[in-house]
Amino acid sequence: MQNNTVVITGIGLISSLGEGVEAHWQAFSDKVEPRVDSETFKPYTIHPLVEVDWNNQIPKRGDQRQMETWQRIGTYTAGLALQDAGIKDDEALCATMDMVVAAGGGERDVTVDKQILTEGRVRNDLGTMLNEKLTTELRPTLFLAQLSNLLAGNISIVHKVTGSSRTFMGEEGSGVSAIDTAVARIRSGQSTHALVGGAYNTEHPDMLLGYELNGLLKTDGWAPLWQRENGAGGGVVTGSGGAFLVLESLDHAKKRGARAYAAIDAVYSSQIRRSREDLTEAVAGLLKAAGAAQAADLIISGACGAKGITAAEKAALDRFPDVAVRGIAGKLGHLREGQFSLVVALAALNVFKGTAFPPIDADNESVGPSQVRTALATTIGGSRGEGVARLVSV
Amino acid sequence: MSQYTDHLGRPLVAITGMGVVSSLGQGKEDNWAALTSGTSGIHTITRFALDNLRTQIAGTVDFLEESNQGASALSEKLASLAAEEAVAQAGLPIGDFGGPLFLAAPPVELEWRNRFALDALVKSEGEPGYDLLLAACRRGPQVDMFNTIEFGYIAECLADKFGTRGLPVTLSTACASGATAIQLGVEAIRRGESDRVLSIGTDGSVSAESLIRFSLLSALSTQNEPAHKAAKPFSKDRDGFVMAEGSGAMVLESLESAVARGANVLGIMRGCGEKADDFHRTRSKPDGSPAIGAVRAALDDAGIKEDAIEYINAHGTSTPENDKMEYLALSTVFGERISSMPVSSNKSMIGHTLTAAGAIEAVFSVLTIQTGTIPPTINYDNPDPAIIMDVVPNVKREARVSSVLSSSFGFGGQNTCLVMTAEPN
Repeated sequence: MQNNTVVITGIGLISSLGEGVEAHWQAFSDKVEPRVDSETFKPYTIHPLVEVDWNNQIPKRGDQRQMETWQRIGTYTAGLALQDAGIKDDEALCATMDMVVAAGGGERDVTVDKQILTEGRVRNDLGTMLNEKLTTELRPTLFLAQLSNLLAGNISIVHKVTGSSRTFMGEEGSGVSAIDTAVARIRSGQSTHALVGGAYNTEHPDMLLGYELNGLLKTDGWAPLWQRENGAGGGVVTGSGGAFLVLESLDHAKKRGARAYAAIDAVYSSQIRRSREDLTEAVAGLLKAAGAAQAADLIISGACGAKGITAAEKAALDRFPDVAVRGIAGKLGHLREGQFSLVVALAALNVFKGTAFPPIDADNESVGPSQVRTALATTIGGSRGEGVARLVSV
Repeated sequence: MSQYTDHLGRPLVAITGMGVVSSLGQGKEDNWAALTSGTSGIHTITRFALDNLRTQIAGTVDFLEESNQGASALSEKLASLAAEEAVAQAGLPIGDFGGPLFLAAPPVELEWRNRFALDALVKSEGEPGYDLLLAACRRGPQVDMFNTIEFGYIAECLADKFGTRGLPVTLSTACASGATAIQLGVEAIRRGESDRVLSIGTDGSVSAESLIRFSLLSALSTQNEPAHKAAKPFSKDRDGFVMAEGSGAMVLESLESAVARGANVLGIMRGCGEKADDFHRTRSKPDGSPAIGAVRAALDDAGIKEDAIEYINAHGTSTPENDKMEYLALSTVFGERISSMPVSSNKSMIGHTLTAAGAIEAVFSVLTIQTGTIPPTINYDNPDPAIIMDVVPNVKREARVSSVLSSSFGFGGQNTCLVMTAEPN
């Protein structure tokens, strides 16, 4: 079996902070204020997506119409990653490229749901009423715009990535498994190059409901990520955005003269039973395995802000006081399925630049080293699943 | 090439345990008896109201306590039952599996009963809608409802019950999902990450809304009477698939480790192949090249030639589009021989179990190898003259089968094929 070095040769990013690698680097470096909206979904605060001209990556209006926003964000971001890697429009490379997408579900039709809830209050024949409404009011193609694996399907259609297409589900953990699987396949020689990532649209009440059923959302406005334990609500502030990576074996990248941001040295993951196992111990264990004690210069944390969960992660991070930490959800929100690819991308970017961007929450984050050669990226799921990646300079 | 490695020097993958649940019943024995006697599990739906619905039939699993508890609860139960059977057959302890879990599960959303229940909490506070549903949540967490919509929840429950190792993978590749779960497991064993894996495909998601969604895409058969005649793959008058539920589970092991612990090897998972289609969200590329590519990739991965395949367990959904394209793909790969080799569709009897289909049909493929019985394609009364295949019409056939191709094709350009053989070489 081969033991290939796996490198990141393309990064696609969009979020509330902007579009593309450099826009994000600048936003973090210049310490711009987080862009938040606390009005539209009051009492919840979200980080809304920057204005995007979808035509730039999804040229056909017909394709745009077939997607709900999360699919559009993902397809657009995937295009950015391919472009960044110099692979976009290279038919041969796209046709042999593997793909793993971390996906949730799409957005429901709010108007139809409201009609049904309204009728539900006055009708006794709920089943019959549901059939009436759903058969007459639902847009036939909405199903495809919601379906989890259709983000990957749209990427195949728009960007011609067709080597393989796999969609992983399961909130934050799906993002961890997606990168872990793509890396393992390239390392072992089962694949040479892969597109991997995820996307999330938070600007939809049904997506907020997906958190709030368990009381996870912060309800008293924005606060720095590490200072939410005493606020109202559950602590999570979500963001819209997407993050995709192009991964290649180092040989494959070298042969085509591609620039590598960083190598993904390893992915460490677990899913402890949080009801009976200690989360801080688990996260500390993963960080230790990933080399936080010795060689890491920086940790890009994907902490979502959830009360208790993020405190447990912070306690684990605090066991490595020599390593600078950046909690990026404090700047652009939590992207759920897209969170792990986001933190891996930002960690790779810091390694590539050789320096850490400044603290986001200066009260809780140290300035950090002058040089960054190794960085870790963490994502600890709001309900389950824990992952850490180790990025090293190439 | 040692006795435990394949043509590429990779660990051979043995199947040592299998489990299945479908509308035909629980367990391999009941399912196989019904399937080989040409019994249909398709029936008129009783789970929800049928007024205004053009399609009123499905292959729902109605015999479990969880059958009326929603998609998440039923999908979990189906997966759990199939996995119990598979792990027990493999002779492994139920609570300490010791390898990773790959679960193909349906995307789930908050059930209407729960939306109505939330609304009832806040009815007096104003107009219904998402603002009020969110306000209802702020009165206190709804943990049970929350669990039903978390995509990672079912795998967490299964991981806990079976003692699987690490972060489980939950996946969806639409109607190819079950095959993808197996493929991911095969790849993990080949990488040496584990000696054994548990791969499951499950689907208990038939509801009014899910049925209406497929119906609005004109994907479903509307031939409600008689229900058992609705699924008729490769027939001239086929008019859509029939939604169904079930689960298939496999314990896969490196052959070396299976032999070393004295496990009974049921068959070899020889190869997996896939190819995505970039043509359209629901239609295949007219030249069939992605499906052809997936079949060829599976044969290449297995290291065998087309002529070594003795039976094809077809995707055969009974939609006009799928069956036509599947024939195009198979006839391109297998040439003239396709008119005389047995190709049958389990979906004629169990319907389309969607996320579970690839896993259930892989289990049935191995049962064919083990028993020498090919299940029929029932309801084949009116052959499509454009599809010239031996579909094992209506009645099972006894035949020695040592290698099977099982194909899965899904919305979103998903094409995945598996090759299973009796022997490692």
